[in-house]
Amino acid sequence: MGVGIEVKDLNAWYGSTHTLRDIHLNIPANHATALIGPSGCGKSTFVRCLNRMHETNPIARVTGTVKIGDLDIYNDVSPVVIRRRIGMVFQRPNPFPTMSIYDNVASGLRLNGFRNRQALDEIVERSLRRAALWDEVKDDLKRKSGASISGGQQQRLCIARTLAVDPEVLLMDEPASALDPISTAKIEDLIFQLKSEYTIVIVTHNMQQAARVAEKTGFFLNGQLVEFDATTKIFTNPSDKRTEDYITGRFG
Amino acid sequence: MTRIRFHQNLDDLKEKLLVMAGIAEQAIQRSIEAYRVRDLSICDLVQRSEPAINRQEREIDQMALDLLAMEQPMAIDLRFILAVIKINADIERVGDQAVNIAGRVRDLQAMPPVELPVDIPKLASMSASMVRRALQAFIDADADLAESVLTMDDQVDQMNNAIYRTLSKLIHDEPSQTPQALNVLLIARNLERVGDHATNIAEDVIFWVSGADVRRHWRTGS
Repeated sequence: MGVGIEVKDLNAWYGSTHTLRDIHLNIPANHATALIGPSGCGKSTFVRCLNRMHETNPIARVTGTVKIGDLDIYNDVSPVVIRRRIGMVFQRPNPFPTMSIYDNVASGLRLNGFRNRQALDEIVERSLRRAALWDEVKDDLKRKSGASISGGQQQRLCIARTLAVDPEVLLMDEPASALDPISTAKIEDLIFQLKSEYTIVIVTHNMQQAARVAEKTGFFLNGQLVEFDATTKIFTNPSDKRTEDYITGRFG
Repeated sequence: MTRIRFHQNLDDLKEKLLVMAGIAEQAIQRSIEAYRVRDLSICDLVQRSEPAINRQEREIDQMALDLLAMEQPMAIDLRFILAVIKINADIERVGDQAVNIAGRVRDLQAMPPVELPVDIPKLASMSASMVRRALQAFIDADADLAESVLTMDDQVDQMNNAIYRTLSKLIHDEPSQTPQALNVLLIARNLERVGDHATNIAEDVIFWVSGADVRRHWRTGS
């Protein structure tokens, strides 16, 4: 099951550039939450702070508190443990090209020392089913490489790979922006199904996509969280003029 | 990501709706003038305006539909288009009321003239003023002005009720004047409906501008 995310006083920098300012936000468990805003507004930095990827950049710095459930991710644990509990899917599908479909999904578990072959088979199948990919690849699991399937399938393979380690939170940074409309629809359907089991945070430039998949939406601008509310409220009657101007295309 | 063409299209939609509203408003004024001076040629003008109003209603609906489908509007733009679709229907019905009044004037003209103790032009003036104010609120995106239309509706209802009581009594006391009284009763009813359409338009303006749903039947549960 997913867990809620509590963010307090979060600030982030790249070198001297202050990219996130005083973010306070409670992301509900087992819901999809969308983050929108113009390029450079800080939304991708924000999701990278949720699994401590931001700090992989040597000039990056973070202050504040991020709690995933009861776990204070900047104080209690190592980044490796965090990234097992918080999966991430990126804009461009990034399957391991030399690995088979099966090995792609199993890679995270193997990296963690998991060797039980029968259990591995079960987890790979379950993960591919959850990612709505099983029926399309079940006959080629070990014959085809992760890079030989279509872009949309590759993205669902990456989701399956993320699900295999059984995370509680799924971060998605523009997961469908490189996909055609049919593959995009499959990813959106998938998000809809997965949120009953995971807490999903999705960064998207596609506002219709945010409106379709997320119950909550946050609008970022210039490193600040301008507004966070029910998605229906944000897209029909936002409280802040800046949100309205952005989503109606009056700036951006 | 600024959407200049889309916002130009919204301006065009607004302008087209206002052109249609102008025709409907003129039809109401003419129908009352026809009643006042009992002039059938004015009734003809009112009835000739109906096809133009109906054609414009269809064109505005199509424009709104196209914008919804092609532009996927959000927030105030989405509310604007929804408001336009609803206001469009109300304006078309204002035109229908004008045609109905013109029809009643024709019937009255065929009857012996009688002096009825009711002030239809006063009710008409109030209803027309509601329409004008609601449309001004739409032009200026002025929710406060739209709010003032809602209070006028009660006055129109009261005037209509008073006319109803007066004419009911007249029908009872002077049965020979029943045909004329019934026609005037229907004209009063048409004008009261014009006030209702103006109220709907005002409510839609408030929804567009502020996002608030102030529909009267919603508030009162009636």
